[in-house]
Amino acid sequence: MSTGALRGPIPWPYPIEYDRTDWQDCDVLVIGGGASGCFAAMGAASRGARVIMWEKAATMTSGAMGSGCDHWEMAATNPCSLVTPEELADAMVRMHHGYNNGISHYIESREGWDRLRDLEKYGAKIRDTDDEFVGADFRDPASKLMFAYDYVNRFTLRVWGTTFKRAMYRGAKILKAQVIDRTMGAGLLTEGGRVGGRVVGAVALNGRTGRFTVCRARSVVFCMSRPTRLWLFAPGATGLSEFRPPQCTGDGHAMAWRVGGQFTMLEKSLRGEWSGLRSFPPYSTGNNHNTWYACTMVDATGRKIPWLDRDGKELPTVADRYRPTPGQKFYMKGGGEPDFPFYEFQGPETMAVEDAVKQGYKLPFYADLTDMPEMERRVIWGMMVGNEGKTRTPVYGEYNARGFDPSQHVLQSYGDGWRSGQFLPQERQFFGIPGGMVNDWRLMTNLPGLFAAGDVLFASDCVGHAAATGHYAGRHAAAFAATHGEVAIDDAQVQAERTRLYQPLGRTNGVTWQALAEAITRVMQNYCGAMKSDDLLHEGLRGLEELWANEAQALMARNPHDLLRANETLNVLTNAELVIQSCLARKASSKELHFERIDYPELDPPDWHRFVTVEKRADGVTTGSLPLDYYGDFASNYEAHNADYIREETGR
Amino acid sequence: MSRKVFTVPDQAIVTPITIVPELCTGCNLCLHVCPVDLFLPNEEKGAPPHVHYPGECWYEGSCVDVCPEPGAIRLNRPPATRVNWKKRADLDPAGR
Repeated sequence: MSTGALRGPIPWPYPIEYDRTDWQDCDVLVIGGGASGCFAAMGAASRGARVIMWEKAATMTSGAMGSGCDHWEMAATNPCSLVTPEELADAMVRMHHGYNNGISHYIESREGWDRLRDLEKYGAKIRDTDDEFVGADFRDPASKLMFAYDYVNRFTLRVWGTTFKRAMYRGAKILKAQVIDRTMGAGLLTEGGRVGGRVVGAVALNGRTGRFTVCRARSVVFCMSRPTRLWLFAPGATGLSEFRPPQCTGDGHAMAWRVGGQFTMLEKSLRGEWSGLRSFPPYSTGNNHNTWYACTMVDATGRKIPWLDRDGKELPTVADRYRPTPGQKFYMKGGGEPDFPFYEFQGPETMAVEDAVKQGYKLPFYADLTDMPEMERRVIWGMMVGNEGKTRTPVYGEYNARGFDPSQHVLQSYGDGWRSGQFLPQERQFFGIPGGMVNDWRLMTNLPGLFAAGDVLFASDCVGHAAATGHYAGRHAAAFAATHGEVAIDDAQVQAERTRLYQPLGRTNGVTWQALAEAITRVMQNYCGAMKSDDLLHEGLRGLEELWANEAQALMARNPHDLLRANETLNVLTNAELVIQSCLARKASSKELHFERIDYPELDPPDWHRFVTVEKRADGVTTGSLPLDYYGDFASNYEAHNADYIREETGR
Repeated sequence: MSRKVFTVPDQAIVTPITIVPELCTGCNLCLHVCPVDLFLPNEEKGAPPHVHYPGECWYEGSCVDVCPEPGAIRLNRPPATRVNWKKRADLDPAGR
């Protein structure tokens, strides 16, 4: 057997192409090949655009949901739903006291079901076609669709997400998008090379050969991840640094920041929930949220922890956990938003861990699938855990192989429930709905020709959001490309990008990307932690400048793989500046944004109840603001921008 | 800039992947789907790929999912993340 750990140096097995440049040309360039990227490619190609998609990893499996997903949330237009897209988008905005992306979440609610039907067309499984769950409360007999959480209102579907990424890949290829793997989008090209100018293309770096690619495009769609590794890094197990995969480093945020892209809400960060070897993999421990909703929890003596409704009243039956409280129209995720529950949409939840301990329940607690009705037990363990991202092989496969039997065994819970890890206040993470690029009703950013989808958008969420916004941004990018002529790319900008990207190659005695990555998190923890002030944040900017002046100039790469990692880490350093600037721009504390300013302690003063925006210009950082409801009425704005799509879907 | 390029395996604290050479056919499907590109192809055709950047593993198991030879590749979760379970019947009602 071989774990490949201890061997000597070997020759690099791929051709070295540092000196080569590939030139490409297309209507719409999609950067990032996860869920949003694949659908952006499909959306643009469905409009007849010539599409190229760059993916840093392997499109068949990559992206945050590449290995699977078990839910498709907010599919308000599925045939069984009793809520409207307007109701759901309104609920999502109000649950976050206005700090949410009304445009993207309305698109998610209105078009998410359309994307599921696309997936089904390309071979994914979205219905119980094998009749495994006939007769279950969560299954609609006519459509064979299966639902999670609120079984009355039926807007979140249970899906066989391990079949999804291949279907997306297939769909992009069937629609003739040119998919190029192992290619990291690395820099944007703008008209005349100007900050704030129209986006006219991009450059890329190949992680195996080091080849440089320049693509001229009439429009570009950003489909990369949210920023990661700003506060958390796990040396020795760097792949586990964050909840999202390690190749998801927020390259899009950094690329856009460098050329004047506009961002909001990046002052919002949460105390860490998952990182490194200090937390268990998500959904691998005993819990009753998300994938495991609404599993019975028991204490160490086998005593059941009570399930409560939103008024704290005990729910006597398992079926009660899947119904709104009398008088409540619908609930969002059961047990969701544990920090600030929103009464109107609050679902059932077990008694809080600390209350249970006070009442004499004995630790540790366990998830008890043996107590669940057979259909619920089989759907949680067999289907949901078998299809969620990162659970099919490492959890479902491994536990089954080691003899876990959900009809006999109880699975231990660690920490405070589904998080299963404990972090310090300054160890932060972008979770929930974090900040990102500001968008209009076309999902275009402030940079003409640059569109955004999925995790690049502010207040992004999960796979349904990524898929729906991807397709939508792709369509509108194609429309932009059809009405805007080609613009020559600026040779000086291309040369400057090439020089910047290849700098780490020439060095032998310098700094590794891992050392720089660790140093960035130290600056962020020290100066942009839980408690913030102008003084601390300015000190943080100085810390980042020191890293730029010293370690970034000594960063070394021995081969194309390391060169890609080095450039990712420089993007993380860029994102750190973007985040500190975002924190400096909001001179007020906010509960909803988890944002504590010790120099502005008053919580949510009315003057600051707005989106604060930042963008970097040639002469410094410009801040601005937008009303929380800047996007206006959902339905009329959507309809004004999507007449062609509405016509097509009505015909389908 | 072309030159001879060598690479040294990443000395991580984890050993995420075990390959059984007797079962592996060297088809490199695992290498093609790995999102972090932690494998390198073997110099010898038909031999197992090298696990070159073990520290970068995300433990999602794409390599295992895609492998056509049962048992040829195994994912080893870090021992620090091992989770405990027991028989429901063994939970002690006296709380001892």
